Amino acid sequence: MSVAIINYGSGNLRSVAKAFERAARELGQDLPVLVTDDPEQVRAAERIVLPGVGAFGDCAAGLSAIAGMRQVLEEAVIGAGRPFLGICVGMQLLAERGLEHGEFAGLGWIAGEVTAIARTDPALKIPHMGWNVINLTAGRAHPLMQQLDGDGHGYFVHSFHFQPTEPERVLATVDYGAPITAAVGRDNIVGVQFHPEKSQNLGLNLIANFLNWRP
Amino acid sequence: MLKTRIIPCLDVDNGRVVKGISFVNLVDAGDPVEQARRYDAEGADELCFLDITASSDARDTIYDVVAKTAEQCFMPVTVGGGVRKVEDVRRLLHAGADKVAINTAAVNRPELVREAAEKFGCQCIVVAIDAKQSVPGKWEIWTHGGRTPTGIDAIDYARQVTGLGAGEILLTSMDRDGTRAGFDLALTRAVSDAVSVPVIASGGVGTLQHLADGIIEGRASAVLAASIFHFGEFSISEAKRYMADAGVPVRLPEQEKAEGQQ
Repeated sequence: MSVAIINYGSGNLRSVAKAFERAARELGQDLPVLVTDDPEQVRAAERIVLPGVGAFGDCAAGLSAIAGMRQVLEEAVIGAGRPFLGICVGMQLLAERGLEHGEFAGLGWIAGEVTAIARTDPALKIPHMGWNVINLTAGRAHPLMQQLDGDGHGYFVHSFHFQPTEPERVLATVDYGAPITAAVGRDNIVGVQFHPEKSQNLGLNLIANFLNWRP
Repeated sequence: MLKTRIIPCLDVDNGRVVKGISFVNLVDAGDPVEQARRYDAEGADELCFLDITASSDARDTIYDVVAKTAEQCFMPVTVGGGVRKVEDVRRLLHAGADKVAINTAAVNRPELVREAAEKFGCQCIVVAIDAKQSVPGKWEIWTHGGRTPTGIDAIDYARQVTGLGAGEILLTSMDRDGTRAGFDLALTRAVSDAVSVPVIASGGVGTLQHLADGIIEGRASAVLAASIFHFGEFSISEAKRYMADAGVPVRLPEQEKAEGQQ
């Protein structure tokens, strides 16, 4: 049993791994956290995490460049229903397509597309960078979002955002000129736009919830 | 609502924090990791390490500091100082930095900003600008820690590096740095208004009102300070409470929220 954090050349995975190790330790779970680019380790994992920083197209290409990885993800996440968490661009990759510097296909597990945040006001800075209040979607209580209620802040850094076709996929939003999708989910799949590994206690709580999650 | 960030900055020389501090209960006051943990616990929104190590054979010490901090602090960390090439950016990100600040090397060769942003994403490339007023309403870039004038206009340069892919500007007034007289608000506002990316105001903070001024009058997205936090004059939570009272939206520390609810 393990948690697989998929390493596909996207940025710093060390802090993601360290946050998962800390959360597992606090839960008393003796759970190996593997940062891996080996599809077989992903296939064998109990839980799968797809992090991601950078551009949508680069990340999609990086994931596809690992022979067998996309197929294993389909089998493990869609076929076998393993708990899956996407973070930042890893969350955006759940979409059907991304429109950052071109048009690129995502995993297509949650209908919708990833588009540039509209700069409705010249005072609105892009990237959306910093701590923003996470607003849980009414009626969409989710086991991962426990303890996030109220005035919980997540750390965001992104210029593009996921717009799901079906509103019921949106688990949480933040306000940045307009509502921005902060978390999406269906079945055994959750994606968060913010960085739980950088969101202090709120982030560690979310990771702990993920480690306890039995969808 | 997005909150204004308060960013304590630690100057690190040879893997050790320089400038004295008066935090109590620190086992090792010069240990950057221990100070980072303290700021983390106080509710700092980000942390900045400025590596001022002069000797090139001691340069690797910063990677170790960053790696150890990332193991213990689950908050964003920016690292600057001595970043000269894409490989330096890669190593810092790999060690656990979330953002890397490029200063002199970007002035010498602005294309470095584009190369780093294309490789790692705009979100992790900060361009640090050290500016001095030349004539009223005009500011010039200085490099090498404020010792070398370049003749480059700070506003033009801020626009240029943003166009090349900088995701954030760390703006330091060399006229105000170390004076405790407050930010150069005209400079801060001129750069903030000129670029679409967030601007971090830096240089000159002596009071908590200065922090609020940087946001309200300077229109910065974040404020960075070193000495007022190091010397224990003010805690991060005091700064946040002050800013909240001044009408600046901030993320208040968790224990304070809990106390407020009781």
